[in-house]
Amino acid sequence: MATNILEVNMYRYNPEEDKFPYIKQYQIEKPSKDIMVLDLLHLLKEQDESISYRRSCREGVCGSDGMNINGKNGLACITPISSVLKKNKIELRPLPGLPVIRDLVVDMTEFYAQYEKIKPFLQNSTTAPEQERLQSPEDRDKLDGLYECILCACCSTSCPSFWWNPDKFLGPAALLQAYRFLADTRDLKTNERLEDLSDPFSVYRCHGIMNCVSVCPKGLNPNKAIGEIKTMLLKDKKEIITTDGAMN
Amino acid sequence: MTNYNSSNIKTLEFDALIIGGGGSGMRASLELAKSGLKTAVVSKVFPTRSHTVSAQGGITCAIQSADPNDDWRWHMYDTVKGADYIGDQDAIEYLCSEGPKAVFELEHMGLPFSRFENGRIYQRPFGGQSKDYGKGGQAARTCAAADRTGHALLHTLYQNNVKEGTNFLNEWFAVDIVKNAQNEVTGVIAFSIEYGEVAYLKAQSTVMATGGAGRIYASTTNALINTGDGLAMALRAGYPAQDMEMWQFHPTGIYGAGSLVTEGCRGEGGYLINKDGERFMERYAPNVKDLAGRDVVARSMVLEILEGRGCGENNDHIYLKLDHLGADVLNAKLPGICELSRTFAHVDPIYEPIPVVPTCHYMMGGTPTNINGQAFNRIDGTDSIIPGLFAAGEAACVSVHGANRLGGNSLLDLVVFGRATGIFIQEDLKSGGGVKSADKDDIDNALDRLNTLNNSDSGYETAEVKKELQQCMQNYFGVFRRGEYMKKGLDELQEIREKVDQLHLKDKSNAFNTSRVEAIELQNLFEVAEATAIAAYSRDESRGAHARDDFPDRDDERWLCHSLYDPLSKTVSKRDVNFNPSEVEAFPPIVRTY
Repeated sequence: MATNILEVNMYRYNPEEDKFPYIKQYQIEKPSKDIMVLDLLHLLKEQDESISYRRSCREGVCGSDGMNINGKNGLACITPISSVLKKNKIELRPLPGLPVIRDLVVDMTEFYAQYEKIKPFLQNSTTAPEQERLQSPEDRDKLDGLYECILCACCSTSCPSFWWNPDKFLGPAALLQAYRFLADTRDLKTNERLEDLSDPFSVYRCHGIMNCVSVCPKGLNPNKAIGEIKTMLLKDKKEIITTDGAMN
Repeated sequence: MTNYNSSNIKTLEFDALIIGGGGSGMRASLELAKSGLKTAVVSKVFPTRSHTVSAQGGITCAIQSADPNDDWRWHMYDTVKGADYIGDQDAIEYLCSEGPKAVFELEHMGLPFSRFENGRIYQRPFGGQSKDYGKGGQAARTCAAADRTGHALLHTLYQNNVKEGTNFLNEWFAVDIVKNAQNEVTGVIAFSIEYGEVAYLKAQSTVMATGGAGRIYASTTNALINTGDGLAMALRAGYPAQDMEMWQFHPTGIYGAGSLVTEGCRGEGGYLINKDGERFMERYAPNVKDLAGRDVVARSMVLEILEGRGCGENNDHIYLKLDHLGADVLNAKLPGICELSRTFAHVDPIYEPIPVVPTCHYMMGGTPTNINGQAFNRIDGTDSIIPGLFAAGEAACVSVHGANRLGGNSLLDLVVFGRATGIFIQEDLKSGGGVKSADKDDIDNALDRLNTLNNSDSGYETAEVKKELQQCMQNYFGVFRRGEYMKKGLDELQEIREKVDQLHLKDKSNAFNTSRVEAIELQNLFEVAEATAIAAYSRDESRGAHARDDFPDRDDERWLCHSLYDPLSKTVSKRDVNFNPSEVEAFPPIVRTY
């Protein structure tokens, strides 16, 4: 194939027309400068307006355009084609493990449901002061690497444990947020939060495969957060042993 | 395709309907969810994908953290001056005095603000901020969560809406307003993007919280979804728009990509240089230099470029220098900027300056509202409330930003007026407020546009017409404007109008058909662009962001007023600016220098 032609193999599925999904091949002139995968999708959509994908901020902060690019999950808008091209070819598929609505658009209901399960909001029922609640910079630093999550689902949909038990294992994204609230000195429901996480599936189905870490487009580390949660759960158990004399 | 009409679509009924799941929409919905009224947020994207997420530097508010003696009146003075005196002073007073309450509420909800050593919220200096009514030097009034304040704010609001059990219609797209014979707003026609199902969303109160429309320009910091849907729906329904000529060009959009680089960079000590390495803002704004109003800085940059002192091969951009701040400060205070800069400018700000250029950023104009978010029409020279219609955030023009918004004031606007709108609707509906029902014809009329598009079998392509529109606005209605060029732009817009009316939707499918959404968005962009062009051509003076090189001076005698665009006659009339704050003396217009 001529070197100035890009071959894009795209997963296509329109529930109204297609019995089964299929891979459609597009050829497009290689742009003179490096562009993002999202720009490439825009160019293809000008050729074929039936292509469907989500997008919004186009700068990696809204989390709309997570997809599987040459086998690896990532955000189309901040992935330069030069970084993923293999022999002038790119394969674009929807995020794995979730039902496909159409083309590159997946149904994220299950992903959001797991997020909601961890009660992703600050819980503090003490009377709020007239001004802000104070927090030292050191305590605030504990939230770095956690609060920046954009809910793009790249991590959870790359996780074999999540593929296997998407309803019972919370998945790396929800667990990262679970730890974000456990780590927040302003949140007072630590024990209740840990109790909710203590079943065999919610946290413990993480086997440290670390796909989440290698795909996170924001450079976050859900695996580390999950480790912290496990440590907290163990400490919790120990305290129960020492106070009650037996594990309950 | 079958035509939709009032008898073959379903009706979903609510007390209050909020169109848009960004900052203002979710702040309003939070208030309403707590009230027990039947409320729904209709958002064309999952709420945390809304453009509020891209806000970086912070939320400006006199919370007396960086400076225990800070005063909301100083913030008010700065905002009035920044607005070049056509911001309404009653609204600005409300914004600045209610602000601290709204910011502390966000903190109580869990927003992870950065902190000072004493544990209070971190505040940084931003452009146009002063102490003691401009006499006490630079203030540091912008509350920040690193340089991801919008992200932190939007996620916090979403989280608290989850907590309160707010009803979301996610990935639903509102098409047009349904108004009844009394000219009241009774809800909208909308469709589910996922399934294509069309419905009449009926409500007693409809809030347009649809954000800005920066995508009318070819070069913008705005998300792809910023297409002015709410404002366009109101215009098509015959309701006016205010101050549409006022568009903010942010000094520092990344050259070539458009992504925003926060003013916080300059607040933390960064500065702009031309090709000679000169810190040129010292010439244009000797007192505050790089922290002058955004309009002033953007114009200075364009002048540097026009006079041949731009950077790069084509002398067509400016450098933002940050490396002298050191890696520690950059990593702690501006981590998002470092990331964006590496991705989109291929430059690491720790070592090299970022290439930047003034880029369309914010729509100061919008649907005119009062402090309660109630939209109004102008009838026989007086404001007349439009029953059922509300607007908040960038979609609205309260007006707190006048001719030029100060950095950090947009996030404050969202939470203060989103909250005020929610509170007002709650009280209004509980005390018997509401609108009469629409009849079949009213609903059918609101379905026209969707039916026309669905039945199109020839015509123009959305992507091409959109590029034409964006280029036209970029060429003729940019940082500097001139009558003869704008006239040319207006003529071009007439041609584009015909194409926009005859778009061809080839893909008629129902499931996640983004082409249908994009076609309607283009029609929305056009309404906003046309209002902008006509208002800009009408205002023959220079004020704030509206800079005309054929009328370089501010003309208070003729133009110390709002412009009000009437979409039916396509003409502009004048509306008085409010100079009646309730607690403080009004700030009279003086010459605006920095």
